[in-house]
Amino acid sequence: MTQSRIYDELNTIFRDVLDDDTIVLLPETTAADLPGWDSQTHIMLIVAAETHFGIHFRTAELDRLHNVADFVDLIEARCAKNQGAAG
Amino acid sequence: MEQLFWLPPHADLSGAIRAARVGTDPQIRLQAARNLSAFRRDFVQTGMLDRLIPQAVEAPEGLRACRLAILASHTVEHLLPAIRVACLARGLLAEIWCAPYGQYRQALLAPDGDLARFAPDFILLALDRWDTPLDVGLGATSEMAEAATARRVEELRGLWRRGRALGATVIQQSLIRPDTRLFGSYDRQVPGSPTAIAARLDSALCDTAKAEGVPVLDMEVCAALTGGAQALGDPARWHQAKQLVTPAAAPTYGDVLARIMAAACGLSRKCLVLDLDNTVWGGVVGDDGPEGLRLGQGSPEGESYTAFQHYIAQLGQRGIVLAVCSKNDTDMAERGFAHADMVLKRGDIAAFVANWDDKATNIRMIAQTLGLGLDALVFVDDNPAERAIVRRELPMVAVPEMPDDCALYPQVLAASGCFEAVSFTPDDLQRNRSYAANNARAAAMQGATDLDGYLRELDMRLLASRIDDASLARAVQLLNKTNQFNLTTRRYGEAEFRLVLATPGVQGWAFRLIDRFGDNGLVSVVLTRAEADEQRNLIENWVMSCRVLGRGVENAIFAVLALDACERGVGAMRGEYRPTPRNAMVSTLYGRLGFDGPDPAGTDGAVSWRYDMRRGVPPSPFIKVEMT
Repeated sequence: MTQSRIYDELNTIFRDVLDDDTIVLLPETTAADLPGWDSQTHIMLIVAAETHFGIHFRTAELDRLHNVADFVDLIEARCAKNQGAAG
Repeated sequence: MEQLFWLPPHADLSGAIRAARVGTDPQIRLQAARNLSAFRRDFVQTGMLDRLIPQAVEAPEGLRACRLAILASHTVEHLLPAIRVACLARGLLAEIWCAPYGQYRQALLAPDGDLARFAPDFILLALDRWDTPLDVGLGATSEMAEAATARRVEELRGLWRRGRALGATVIQQSLIRPDTRLFGSYDRQVPGSPTAIAARLDSALCDTAKAEGVPVLDMEVCAALTGGAQALGDPARWHQAKQLVTPAAAPTYGDVLARIMAAACGLSRKCLVLDLDNTVWGGVVGDDGPEGLRLGQGSPEGESYTAFQHYIAQLGQRGIVLAVCSKNDTDMAERGFAHADMVLKRGDIAAFVANWDDKATNIRMIAQTLGLGLDALVFVDDNPAERAIVRRELPMVAVPEMPDDCALYPQVLAASGCFEAVSFTPDDLQRNRSYAANNARAAAMQGATDLDGYLRELDMRLLASRIDDASLARAVQLLNKTNQFNLTTRRYGEAEFRLVLATPGVQGWAFRLIDRFGDNGLVSVVLTRAEADEQRNLIENWVMSCRVLGRGVENAIFAVLALDACERGVGAMRGEYRPTPRNAMVSTLYGRLGFDGPDPAGTDGAVSWRYDMRRGVPPSPFIKVEMT
């Protein structure tokens, strides 16, 4: 899965979870930029991304998601691994 | 496993929610949210739907407002949207208040605290095995484990009673058992092992809760509907935020809680309407003939249908009324029922409609025949087109999304939770027989030349008694379920109703009707309250099952009330009628019983009728009254 497609789909997830149709994710976007991205919705975003992309983040990785780029990189890595496993 | 797999999928639910939130009228938004809550949704869509529900909105007709307090030993905030949306789907407009994290004891024990101020209808006690663990040690004997369990259950019993004293129905969440074994399967045989302790506590908790009238939210049900314990609770979420239930499983958890609340409010469904061809048997009886049907031993398909029929028959035994709605010639459908391998018998079916009319029309007719509201019906049909038509024409009828594979029919019908119950009374066991007996009564009616003669031949006896522990559950069920013959439509939770009955001057009456065709069970409940210095009795609440209409039962009941009033030296009676869209049939009941009136009484079109006891006790010509 390409990075740009992950950005697109993650953008929809952010809009739906945070209830804000104006959100446009950039690599450097952090929780400080988005009202509503707090510790509780952070978990929602993680679970929504896991469900949508069919992946599972490791608990050790959860504290290292500082901005959207971290999020996307991790999703990309997991998806690639899944595909590798499937192939 | 997909969340809420028994609900129909929507082509674009997120899009529909986005479209609906453009509106600003609160009632229109609420209706839109309610309509969309009938579709399958994940937790993100559930959150979106929840935000569509306006805040502080009045409950419109068809929705019951209720207040839920959650007292939890783990994080629940992420579950609230799912609870609100599931409540909406099941006919409740829920307002939720959460006690501070972990402070369930403080919330219940503080007199006049925030909990009491919130005045909850329901209190959910959501505990987990990490809270107050029973540390008996691995080497504990069975007796030691038993004693520790008993202490904990006693503590909870005390807390439940505090909740009940607030007039709330307490719901106890069962404990999720540990998913890590110490010894393996042998854990169960080591009394001090965490697994054995948890199992013992869970079992004792359920038993005591039943004795206390506390419904249990069974987390095993949640787990099974979610696809297992791992899908319900994710250790990562527990360590991250003390979430016992992962956000992904919130829709299921919310629905399992909502169905219990709805059941306690009498909103569970009462009647299962069945298609026949490829629903209760394999094949089309009109094409294949009765002998060509796939049913019974010998083929996996036939055995699947037999298993489904067994499940339906069991639903019938627990009091669900069974009906048939099939596109067939009546004669052909009847011949299908004569198949040797039928588990369901023709006599089990209270309303049997087989013709070529559209199913929505037929289902309406079935509801009318049985004296039930459309919102009491569940329709099961293998054909997606028929399901879609019925959902569109009759949105109040529940139509579970049946799977392609008939082997899974029982699972999906069970998963739908339409028939959730919080009590099981002897009357439930009798109900289907009673509806079948109604058919016999109807036949006798057709044979009789005049109504009086028919009523006399019914040989009716009305047993009047005070509501006691034995009849309480059924009385509450009847008060909450009855819409048509309901003079004031005042609803109560079981705990609340106990409080009302304990009020000085209040009398609760239970009436049972027996005739020559059988016992109709507890058919009517009346609540009277002394007023005007005990010189007058107000009939504050009166409900009656529509099954016994047209038989003079209401006259006999009033005779009982009047006799009692005379004996107590009460000078007058007052009857109240509060109109709702469903209870027009009793708008002039008191006039028919000889009361004077009506006089306006308060708001909402309520009226009041008077009966001077000097007029004496009215006659009850066809029914023999017995006080017990």
